[in-house]
Formats: sequence, structure tokens, C-alpha cells
Amino acid sequence: MSASTDTIDNFVASDYKYGFTTDIESESLEPGLNEDVIRFISAKKHEPEWLLEWRLKAFRHFEKMENPSWPHVKYPPVNFQEISYYSAPKKKGDGPKSLDEVDPKLLETYEKLGVPLHERARLAGVAVDAVFDSESIGTTFKEDLAKAGVIFCPISEAVREHPELVRKYIGTVVPYTDNYYSALNSAVFSDGSFVYIPKGTRCPMELSTYFRINAANTGQFERTLIVAEESSHVSYLEGCTAPMRDENQLHAAVVELVALDNAEIKYSTVQNWYPGDEEGRGGIYNFVTKRGMCKTNAKISWTQVETGSAITWKYPSVILKGDNSVGEFYSIALTNKAQQADTGTKMIHIGKNTRSTIISKGISAGRGQNSYRGLVQVGKKAVNARNFSQCDSLLIGNKCGAHTFPYIEAKNPTASIEHEATTSKIGEDQIFYCNQRGLETQDAVNMIVNGFCKEVFRELPMEFAVEAQKLLDVSLEGSVG
Amino acid sequence: MLEIKNLKACIEEKQILKGINLTVNAGEVHAIMGPNGSGKSTLASVLAGREGYEITDGEVLLQKNDILEMAPEERAREGVFLAFQYPVEIPGVNSTYFLKSAVNQIRKHRGEEELDAMKFLKLVKSKMKELGLAEEFLKRPVNAGFSGGEKKRNEILQMTMLEPSLAVLDETDSGLDIDALRIVADGVNRLKNQNNAQIVITHYQRLLDYIVPDFVHVLYNGRIIKSGDKTLAHDLEEKGYDWLIKDS
Ligand SMILES: Nc1ncnc2c1ncn2[C@@H]1O[C@H](COP(=O)(O)OP(=O)(O)O)[C@@H](O)[C@H]1O
Ligand SMILES: [Mg+2]
Repeated sequence: MSASTDTIDNFVASDYKYGFTTDIESESLEPGLNEDVIRFISAKKHEPEWLLEWRLKAFRHFEKMENPSWPHVKYPPVNFQEISYYSAPKKKGDGPKSLDEVDPKLLETYEKLGVPLHERARLAGVAVDAVFDSESIGTTFKEDLAKAGVIFCPISEAVREHPELVRKYIGTVVPYTDNYYSALNSAVFSDGSFVYIPKGTRCPMELSTYFRINAANTGQFERTLIVAEESSHVSYLEGCTAPMRDENQLHAAVVELVALDNAEIKYSTVQNWYPGDEEGRGGIYNFVTKRGMCKTNAKISWTQVETGSAITWKYPSVILKGDNSVGEFYSIALTNKAQQADTGTKMIHIGKNTRSTIISKGISAGRGQNSYRGLVQVGKKAVNARNFSQCDSLLIGNKCGAHTFPYIEAKNPTASIEHEATTSKIGEDQIFYCNQRGLETQDAVNMIVNGFCKEVFRELPMEFAVEAQKLLDVSLEGSVG
Repeated sequence: MLEIKNLKACIEEKQILKGINLTVNAGEVHAIMGPNGSGKSTLASVLAGREGYEITDGEVLLQKNDILEMAPEERAREGVFLAFQYPVEIPGVNSTYFLKSAVNQIRKHRGEEELDAMKFLKLVKSKMKELGLAEEFLKRPVNAGFSGGEKKRNEILQMTMLEPSLAVLDETDSGLDIDALRIVADGVNRLKNQNNAQIVITHYQRLLDYIVPDFVHVLYNGRIIKSGDKTLAHDLEEKGYDWLIKDS
């Protein structure tokens, strides 16, 4: 139809709600990347010698590598010497021993972000680890979890308190040689969460880490490691926000999941890093490696709702090593304004009767560019491996783009791989139809987007599904013509 | 209820409506007939506020308020309902949710209490029963994969639920079998009262056997070239439009 497209073109993303900064005295390293910086970080965290050695090896490897150019995103080269690799709120004396001793300004920050840490206001049934720049400032419900034998703490603490566990698993799923940013992360990682679920244990509550970048010119290099022992079960959620700044900031995380025989890990992400402005100024570069490894009968399920970041480059993957293991990937990625996302998954079928499901929903608005990139690989021995992939794209307006790059490599003839893809567009006529029934354009868009995403919302833990839906609405909010 | 005065409208610089005058009083049903391409759907779209039309002259008053300045959703809340000639599919959006949102927006605007899920379901189910529609309708996404007839019936259901003061039905009867036609007519006749009005755009006299119009107008080349009572529709059925067009 030829009616004008003003209504949809007038979508301009709203102000970012989490764009404030916390005025707090912090201790930051001068920008720059070299072995001394790595030694400093390691010393700061009282790390054992083996870990420092590992970091240095990773760094030497990193220096030999080159920034990957295959993702479908455009940005000026990152100058790693201009980034500070460590920043943390200044501690008085030895630093806080419990949440009661944490600087009230920090507690206030998390309160404002909707993640209260105080005992009285805590989210019921959700334990939270709060990571502020390079350090964890505290973890809630630690004692309750300890009773169940569950370890949930900052990874830097785990290195000191449970070195044998960290040493056994770190780098086993994502080796530092894996890619450019995993090498960088292994060299300079600062904080992140460590989770250990003992054999036969069902974690009694949701675990959640909230990542907040505050300091300017600082990179955040989170490292998360989750180990689920045989027949255990855990559901984990991460959330992320950052202040509005004109400069880009780098977030290069590594997340490793280990699901031993019959274990199940459900990992959900609600990513809302500052996306930058309409012109593409500022915003987070989110270059993340997430991977899980399944032993026999184990299951790993990734669910992500990605609305933030200037650039996202991320492929939560599952190595289906054990027979009968299951990998799932449910994703909503929204790009608005000048955001670019290249995201998807890899399902590596190694064991027999392994199964994987991929449901990807890409939404592009404004001048956003959204790419799905997925690999389904079936090894020689993976008899009866099955995969189902569905990749849907929704376009809002005429200036955005959606792209799909599915890769399939099957080396076993019994493999069954199904791939479905659709691209649709919110039309002026759909909006007018809704308007004619009394609905605002904004509500109409939200309704259509939410309908488009419902298969993924269903996979989120109840508490977060509503939040995620609101976040999507807010990310699409704007002046409507 | 509705006063259209010397309404002229263009689309892409092409003049489609060339000075429409029409007064519709509360309690009346008006039928608009005319050959394809006359501007009937354009008139309906302009009344409902679709984008892309340039109003070059005239005014449209709904209960004495100028509606041409209003956004489409405001007009809808003020009581304008358009049953689309080609209802739009909205995949993924559940019909129940859609209709409940629409009903509540309009109730809110009228200062009425919004309906919760229970009350809404009770209401919609009773209306569906009256109209003889299957409840299965509610579970499906809005119009997605509906047959032509189902889409039209869905328009009537929405109209019934929203209780508009001015309903414009754009060829809702086209392509319907006699049963579906009865549902449409029934919807209009149940809605009709002394405080509202309906404009029925149609090609066929047969609908007017079920919805008896107070006035019949012939729209041709952007103008109303003839108005009369229901007997005009019979004349058109017999003689076609040529005799009028030659005259005009
Ligand atoms: N979007 C459009 N762009 C250009 N011309 C249009 C458009 N919509 C309708 N027209 C033209 O306007 C005239 C009236 O169309 P319409 O109102 O649909 O007539 P009717 O409903 O009486 O059959 C036709 O000549 C048609 O070609
Ligand atoms: Mg028409």
C-alpha cells in the first residue's frame, strides 16, 4: 500500500532509564594493557601463582591474535591501550565483610536498578551477586545456599576459597585460545560469579548476577563459571546495565557451564547495556563468549533477551558431548537506533541421540542491524542427532535490517536437521487497524512485538518474564508521530 | 451524529473525493453504493483517519466535534468504527487479548470501569453466542489464517463489543454466503438504536433486504450523484448505474 510510513519512521527510542552514574570514589588503574597490568589485577585479588601464569599465557596468546572481522557489524578498531582494566569502589580498611558494611551509595545504586540487596527488600527466592565494575560488592542469601551445599560467590573469592574447583574447570569449556576476546578475558578478567551445585542437589532458589558498569573508560571483563555436579539442577539469571556515555565501553565476558551426567543448567540473560544514541554515539561493545558442556543425559538451556549494547557479538553454545544430552537456545535480540547485533548459537552434537532446539527472534527498528548466526554441527559418532531451528525476524520501519547466516555441518547420515526462517514487517496497515480499534501506535507495536516473542518469554523464569517484556516495551518506546 | 461538508481529499496528488456532503442523524442507517473505484473506501478511510490522504477542503463533524484533526485512535474512542473491506492479519497477537485491550481503551475513554479477564470473557462469549460465532475464534491470532468470511465475521464481533456510535461497514457483505450475511446483518440490527448510526457500503441490494436503510446514496467519481430511499437500491439492482452516470 502506498500510505506514508511516517508513523513507524517516527519511532525514536526513549531515554535509557539506567543511564545514571554513581558518584563514588574508586580505585582505577591507568589505561593500558601489558603484563604489569595483569600482575596488578592478580595481586589485587590475592591469586595463587598458577592463575597468574594462566593469565600471562593467555595474554601472550592474545598478542598473537587478530580482531575477528567476520561478524556482520561495523565499528572503529578498539584501542586496547586506552582502556582501564581495573576499577573498583575504594574500600575502607579490609573492605566490607558483609552487605551491612557496603557503602550505602552502592546499595542505593542497586536499589535504583530494581535489585535491592538489603535483607528487608530482597527479591524473594532469588539470590543475587552484585558486580560493580571490576569487583563483586556482595552476594545475598549466602548462608541459606550454603546449607544446601551450594556455592554462590564472586569468582575471585572462589579462587581463594575453592581453588581446586576453579582450577579443575576454568578454561575447560572456553579455552583462552578459543577466540580473540576469550584470550583477552582470560588475561584480564576481574570478577564474575562462581556457582557450584553438589551432586543430586536441586538449587533451592534462583541465582542471579547483576553486572553494572559505572566508571568511565573502563572495560568489564566478567568471568562466570557454573559447575553442576551429577543429577543436580540450577537456574541462573544475569542482568546488565551501564551509564550513558558518549564513548564506547568494552564488555568482554566469558561464561563457562559444566553440566555433568544428568545435570541441568538453565541460564537466562536480560541484557540491557546502554545502547548508545540515535547517531550511534556511545554504548557498550558486548563481545561475549558463552558456552556450556553437557555430559550424558545432561541439559543446558540458554535463554537471552538482548535489548542493549551498541554492538553485540555473542553465541551462547552447547557442546553435546554425552549421549542423550540436550541443548536449547531461546533468544530475543532487539536492535533499535544505530545498534548492531550479530548473535546466535552453536550446537555441537558429539554424543549419540543428542538433541538441540534453537528459537531465535530478531527485532530490528530504527537503523538497527540484526544478524542471526548459527552453527549446527553433527559429528561422526552422533547417531540420531536431532536439531530444530527456527529463526524469525521482525522489521519495524524501512531503515533497519535483518540477516540470517545458518551453517549446518553434518557428518553422520542419521542426523535430522530442520531449519525454518521467516521475515516479517510491522505494516502501516496493521498499525492503522489497531489504531482504528482505539489502541495507541506504541501499544500496537508492543503488542505485535510481544506476540512475536512469546515462545521465548515462556522460557524465562516467571519473575523475569514480566520484567523482560517491560524492557522490550521500553526499548521500543519513543515519540510516535 | 455525523455531518460531512464539502469534503475533498487527495491521495498522491490525485483527487479522489471531490466534495462530499452527507448528514447522518442518530438512529439512521445509510447505504452507500456505487461502481468500483468511485471513492467509497476512500471516504471510509478518511473518516477513520488513515494516513496518506490530504484533505484539501471541507469538514467532518461527529456529534458537533471536528474529527479531521484527531488521531485515528481518538476517533475510534469517540465512537467511529470501521469494518474493513480487507481486515488485516496480525500474527502472534491473540484475538482475546487484542479485543480486550481495545474494549478497555474505549471504556476508559468513556469513563467506564475497565473489564478484568473474567468479566471480559463472560461478555465476549455471550455476544458470540448471540451472533452464532464459534468460541474457537478467540484462541487464534487476530485474523491470521482466517478465511474471508471469518475475517468479516470477526469485524462484526469487534463492532458488537465496541458499541460504536458511528459504524462504517465497507463491503462487509462481499463474498459472504447467505449464513454469514445474516450474521453481519444481525450484528448491525442488534447494535442499532436511537443513539447511534450506521453507514453500510455495499454493491448488493441483497444485504439491504436484511439491513433496511433509511437512505441510499450513489457515490460516483468522488461525488454523491443521487440520494433516495430504499427503493433506489432496487432501481440500481435492475438498471445498474449507467442511467445515473449519463445524467450526472
Ligand atoms: N493508495 C492509493 N494510491 C493511489 N490511488 C488510490 C489509492 N487508494 C485508492 N486509490 C484510487 O482511488 C480511487 C477510489 O478508490 P476506492 O476508494 O478504493 O474506491 P471504491 O471503494 O469505491 O471501489 C480509485 O481510482 C483508486 O484507484
Ligand atoms: Mg472499496
